[in-house]
Formats: sequence, structure tokens, C-alpha cells
Amino acid sequence: MKRNDAQYHYDLRIYQWGLGLALLLTAIPFALVAFHGAPPSVLLWMIGVLGLIQVIVHFRFFLHIDLSSQKREDLHLILFTVLLLVIMAGGTIWIMHNLAERMMAS
Amino acid sequence: MSAGNVNTEALKHPGINLGEAHGEAHTQAEGVVFGFWVFLMSDFILFGLLFATYATMVDHTAGGPGPKALFDLKSISIETFALLLSSFTFGMASLNLKHGERRKPIILWLLATLMLGLIFLGLELHDFSSMIDKGAGPWRSGFLSAFFGLVPLHGLHVATASLWLIVMLVQMGVFGLTPRVKTRLLRLGLFWHFLDIIWVGIFSIVYLAGLS
Repeated sequence: MKRNDAQYHYDLRIYQWGLGLALLLTAIPFALVAFHGAPPSVLLWMIGVLGLIQVIVHFRFFLHIDLSSQKREDLHLILFTVLLLVIMAGGTIWIMHNLAERMMAS
Repeated sequence: MSAGNVNTEALKHPGINLGEAHGEAHTQAEGVVFGFWVFLMSDFILFGLLFATYATMVDHTAGGPGPKALFDLKSISIETFALLLSSFTFGMASLNLKHGERRKPIILWLLATLMLGLIFLGLELHDFSSMIDKGAGPWRSGFLSAFFGLVPLHGLHVATASLWLIVMLVQMGVFGLTPRVKTRLLRLGLFWHFLDIIWVGIFSIVYLAGLS
């Protein structure tokens, strides 16, 4: 235990930072929605951006993913999954939205 | 890998590493944890596509109740807080697993995590039943079918993770902190933190966007 004291405090601080940042990034959009702090279109963008930042915070501080990893294939796995998701989920939303608009027009 | 040089410790896999004090468990962890990450990422794809389905269905309420009539922001914020805090308490359990050989603090942090997980599940079930009481079950509209495909699936994952946590508490009691038990706890931790990430997507895309 003694030998790893520095490492222990470093790891502890990472979790504390993670909790603090995640709480902040959660509280802001909840407060904005509860008190109607912004016009709806701006609000949607803020929720999206803050949510994305929070996902990155969780990966960094709770799952300990960072760029200095010496096992890059793990990061590559995650990034490849994100690429697949962007193609499949983004494609689905794009095509279905486009279809809905064309069906409405006729 | 000296204690002073904390930032440059070689990482074996994403997630918290067991470190040099756990020679056998540390080596064993590498393969199984990578395999578990492959599972997590396939689960990520599954959730991602259900999010896409939800996004295409959100406006199709078929004259039934929409997000504003159904979602309760107060209940959602308590659920979110419980799940977020549970990620931290599991982190504390992982930290004690990495830096100590004593079972007691690990068990206490895991019990706290389990409590928070059960609070989350109880509140979520209450939300679902009050929605169904309002006549807003999955059969009502495309929007509600997509909602009940996505959100309860996350709840089911949390229930499974809670069951897994109970099993791990029993295993810790029966086997002690053997290398196998340690790597299983490591994987459970990854699963738990991963479910919190999915919840960030759910409260942002489903609840907050629906109520804004």
C-alpha cells in the first residue's frame, strides 16, 4: 500500500474529477430544461453538445481511455465502433427523415 | 513503472488496470478484458441503432400522448443522479481492488453501488407503470414502441449488472480475492460504467430533448 501511495492518490483524483465533471455536465442541461433557460432550437444543440462532452468525460475518467495508451488496438476498437455507429445510425436517420419529407410533400 | 512516475505506467487494456502488485491477475486480465470490450462495443451498436429508431419515430405519436405529457423531469433527475453516483462508488471499489488486498472496503463500496442501482431500477419501473396507467404502453404508437424498445432494454441491462454484482459478492465470500474473481470484478466495472454512458444518451436524447 505504502509503495503505491502516489498512484493511489492519482487514481482517486481521476475518479473525483470524473464525478465532478459528470455532475456539472448533467446539472447544466437539466437546469436549462427545467427553467426554460434557452430557446428550443438552441437548447437542443446545447443538450447534444453537453451530452457528447459527458460521454467523453465518462470514457476518460471512469473507463480510463486516453490517447497515451500503449495498447492502441483497444482505442481503435472503440473508434471503429463509433465509425460504424455514425454510418448506420446517421444513415438511418438521414434516409428515414428524407423519406418522411418526400411522402409528406405528395 | 515506479510509483513516482505515475502517469507512464504501461496500460494493458482500457479500464482501470490491476497493477504490478497483482502479477497473475494483471496478466490474465489482458485477454479477457479485451474480449469483454468487443462485447461492450457490440452492445454499443445495438443501443445506437435503437437510438436511431427512436429518432425516426419520435414525432409519430399517432394522436397519442407525446414526450411532454409523459416524462417526469424530477424522477428522471433522481434516476440520473443515482446512476451517476453508482459509477463513482464502483470506481471506489475498483480503486480499493487495485490498491489493497482488504475485502471489506471493496464489499462496502459494491453494496453502495448495488443500492444505487436498485434505487434507479425502482424509480424507472415506477415511471413505466405510471406511463402505462396513462394508456401510454408500447402498443399505443410508433413513438412509444420505440421508447419501450430502448429505455427498458437499458433497465434490463442494469438489472442484469445488479444480479452479476450480487453473484460477485457471493464469489468474494466463497473464493476470496483470487485472480479470477479480480478480473471478473474488473469486467463488471467496465459494464457498469458503460451502462452509465448509455444512460447519458438516454437522458439527453429521449428525456431532455423530449421535454425541451
